[in-house]
Amino acid sequence: MSEDVELSHVNMDFGKFRAVNNVNVTIKAGEFFSFLGPSGCGKTTILRLISGFMDPTGGAVKIGGKDMIGIGPNMRPTALIFQNLALFPLMPVWENIAFGLEVRGVDKATRRAKAEELLKLVDLHDSADKKVSQLSGGQKQRVAIARALAVEPKVMLLDEPLSALDLKLRQHMRAELRAIQKRTGVTFIYITHDQGEALAMSDRVGVMSQGVLQQVGTPMEIYNNPANGFVASFVGENNVFEGTVKSLSNGVATFATSSGNFTSKVGPGVVKGTQAKIYVRPEHSFLQAKASTKTNSIPVDVAEMAFEGNFVNIFVKDAKGATHMVQAQNDPNASPPVRGSKQHMVFDTEDAVVLVDAATASH
Amino acid sequence: MGELFRRYGYGLSITMVGLTAFWLLMLVVIPNLVLFEFSFKPYLPVVDLGGPKDVYSLKNYETFLNSPIHITIFWKTVLYSSLVTLTCLVLSYPLAYFLSKVCRPANAPTIFLLLLIPLWVSEILRSFAWFIILAFQGPLNALLLGLHVIHDPIRWLSGFNGVIIGLIYSYVLFMLFPIYNAISSLDTNQVEAAQDLGSSMWRTHWRVVIPHSKPGIASGCVMVFMLCAGSVIVPSTLASTNSRWFTEIIQQWMFEGLDWNTGAAYAFLLLVLCILFVSIVMRVLNVRLVDIAK
Ligand SMILES: Nc1ncnc2c1ncn2[C@@H]1O[C@H](COP(=O)(O)OP(=O)(O)OP(=O)(O)O)[C@@H](O)[C@H]1O
Ligand SMILES: [Mg+2]
Repeated sequence: MSEDVELSHVNMDFGKFRAVNNVNVTIKAGEFFSFLGPSGCGKTTILRLISGFMDPTGGAVKIGGKDMIGIGPNMRPTALIFQNLALFPLMPVWENIAFGLEVRGVDKATRRAKAEELLKLVDLHDSADKKVSQLSGGQKQRVAIARALAVEPKVMLLDEPLSALDLKLRQHMRAELRAIQKRTGVTFIYITHDQGEALAMSDRVGVMSQGVLQQVGTPMEIYNNPANGFVASFVGENNVFEGTVKSLSNGVATFATSSGNFTSKVGPGVVKGTQAKIYVRPEHSFLQAKASTKTNSIPVDVAEMAFEGNFVNIFVKDAKGATHMVQAQNDPNASPPVRGSKQHMVFDTEDAVVLVDAATASH
Repeated sequence: MGELFRRYGYGLSITMVGLTAFWLLMLVVIPNLVLFEFSFKPYLPVVDLGGPKDVYSLKNYETFLNSPIHITIFWKTVLYSSLVTLTCLVLSYPLAYFLSKVCRPANAPTIFLLLLIPLWVSEILRSFAWFIILAFQGPLNALLLGLHVIHDPIRWLSGFNGVIIGLIYSYVLFMLFPIYNAISSLDTNQVEAAQDLGSSMWRTHWRVVIPHSKPGIASGCVMVFMLCAGSVIVPSTLASTNSRWFTEIIQQWMFEGLDWNTGAAYAFLLLVLCILFVSIVMRVLNVRLVDIAK
């Protein structure tokens, strides 16, 4: 039903420019895997390498253990859902869905039946004979999914398919995609620059920057144990302090910054003397009236507050003028700190981590 | 119109509209109407003009229906114009696809320039050039003989061969450009989506690219067909003893027979019959006029 996809030391050069740099990852059969990264980091290029629209300039792409180099997109067991969907506007909905079957020489009655069945799967019962232009954005989305599923791909490739939808529909379609993936058991490789989407939908996430795969892990690993500064700041918010590692013992770093010394966990590749940054999540930062001697503590002024309903974001400024964010649960019984009041921001050694900036080439 | 006035002011707007109207009326509408009227009148010596013999009739049109040779020539004109149209289509479609989807966008302008340069030379000179190239002792035969592709020189300019070659050369770009435009407007992802779903190259063209570019193909075909059927210079320059084009007969009536009346009737017959032919073909191929206008 599904196959694994192995990218081993894949490079893709466009002239002098290396769009994909030594990417090395195995996506397991039946997994929902996301590539997450900012615009231009090489996500689409990776998808095109897997679907066969181009071959890597270095390394190998394997699907189900079989080397795919030189095999065209029409011969690979993959189906790609394009960023703009690329439905065929001159064919009715059902012919769109059945196109892959038509190609395989399936007779018309069977094609029609299969198309109707898939339309049911994606919750579009009466749209078989509609024109593509008569569908809404979300419905087009579903047709694109049905069209890709019709060829019973071993691997489904999705290039930011939800980016054109409004927020409500996007959230709905996330759940839908996830459900379809579970129901069909097909390997899904999903591309997005939306970290919320990647974390919510995926079994595992690969975070990319400038063609380099920075970290691969479950959403929780990525969020809780980012491998480097890029991953930490791309996935979620952080309070950041720059400085130098003064000493290391038992996995705890003493970190000297211009705002004082902090203690924290140590990320990969950090050694004594490293110029690096400390990252603390806003939900792990707290405000209190007195300075703490037991944990990390820094005097701040309360600058701004944003009430978000279930929680409140408090923006504070330290002596250097740098802004930090403290995220507190909404508590109707506690009064929030007053704007302009002097407070201390504290965070535990366990909740802070020293990280190097970003990998420039993966290993 | 209001937009035009706002943008260019009254003086300039009226001049522009006026000149266009003048051009349409004086150089297109009125001459054609005059010829149309001519075509229903008999060819008379000057003294009889306005006399009792100068009445409207269908005589001139009957002349055509009563001359089987002219009817045959008409059908041959339609047949060979269709052949030229089809050949232009077969030549242009792959080139148009290549230019819009395959070659690097940076190279396209250069290729277009190379294609366009021959158009800067007048049609009559181009026809003569082909006349020289295709001559029995001309360079083409010399080349083919030199390369040992053929053993005896070929008489290229026999039958309709010369005319066909000349017409293809003259009008192939009128086929290329509309198709190029149509294919360029196709989202490349559509082609890739078809490929990704397992489609072969042929099927991708048949089901995705050609349906999309049908308006361009249709307008290219109509244009080339009408240009061919109405061409005078190429058929008369590259003619052989037995390749008569319908326009040559019109010319004969008008300038050799000085019978403008019958000539005009023949001209309108050509126009009407060609329009009819094109409409029927469009109906058969399920293309509508609005598609072409797009
Ligand atoms: N065919 C190509 N020729 C030259 N450079 C290319 C080509 N395709 C992609 N690139 C370059 O490779 C880099 C990565 O492109 P890619 O489309 O993979 O980015 P992406 O991560 O999908 O971005 P986005 O989120 O904006 O879609 C970009 O800098 C792009 O300019
Ligand atoms: Mg992209």
